[in-house]
Amino acid sequence: MMGHSNCHDLLTSLSDYIDGELDSALCMELEQHLKECKNCRIVVDTLKKTVELYQHEDESQTLPEDVRTRLFYRLNLRDFLK
Amino acid sequence: MNEINLTSDTISLDLLKNGDRAEFAKLVEAYSGQIYKLALRILENQRDAEDVLQETFLKAYRSIANFEGRSSLATWLYRIATNEALMIVRKRKPELSLEIEGQDDHEDAIVTPYHFTDWRFLPEKELQSSEAKQHMDQAVQRLPASLRAVFLLRDVEGLSVKETAEVLRISEGAVKTRLLRARLRLREDLSEYFGKALTENAG
Ligand SMILES: [Zn+2]
Repeated sequence: MMGHSNCHDLLTSLSDYIDGELDSALCMELEQHLKECKNCRIVVDTLKKTVELYQHEDESQTLPEDVRTRLFYRLNLRDFLK
Repeated sequence: MNEINLTSDTISLDLLKNGDRAEFAKLVEAYSGQIYKLALRILENQRDAEDVLQETFLKAYRSIANFEGRSSLATWLYRIATNEALMIVRKRKPELSLEIEGQDDHEDAIVTPYHFTDWRFLPEKELQSSEAKQHMDQAVQRLPASLRAVFLLRDVEGLSVKETAEVLRISEGAVKTRLLRARLRLREDLSEYFGKALTENAG
């Protein structure tokens, strides 16, 4: 496991940290720790990357044509099917 | 949610409340793609996702008169859809219902990191391969439903912490706790997966 006793305590701040929402005192404490702790640095970096990968995973929001048709029929909106 | 807010500007709540069908068709057109995708991600089953989609707009049509406008239309629709989807999850696995209710929102349940591989600089084509995407989807499916819903709404759909809390009717603190737990679990999962690719590349 991570070497410092700080590592586990700081874990709860990581989400706020990568969202840029951590208050400044905790942020400084965390960044000081990151300078000294390689494992925590990797955790922060790969956590950020994980979230990024999911955010960009699939941007298309189009509904399959058959699903769309059935939806409009179910809602009695077939007049509005274009 | 920028594009959602843009579309909702052109939809008249007054017309919707008067039962105007053309306006309702506009609402369906604007949000059905997002609602379907969200349901599909929560349920990983096209039939169930389609049921959720239809049920969501049927309910929306029936209850739009009572919509008070305290949240945005998008948040309101997400809430109906998420509830419908989680209901199906509960029916599938009743033993998970406790977890859905969020009885375990304390820090003890946080996964302690144990993968310390820096896989960020793998070639994009490996990070974005269809195999990797499939693995990422499966990793989300392995999350408990309570964590999955928070993660999908916040990180994939891009809702704010406040909006996610409104959709799920939980506190913002609970959203943050669950989000952290979900992200850490997914990080472990992806680290294990991409870590292997890294070793293979080196060997
Ligand atoms: Zn550390």
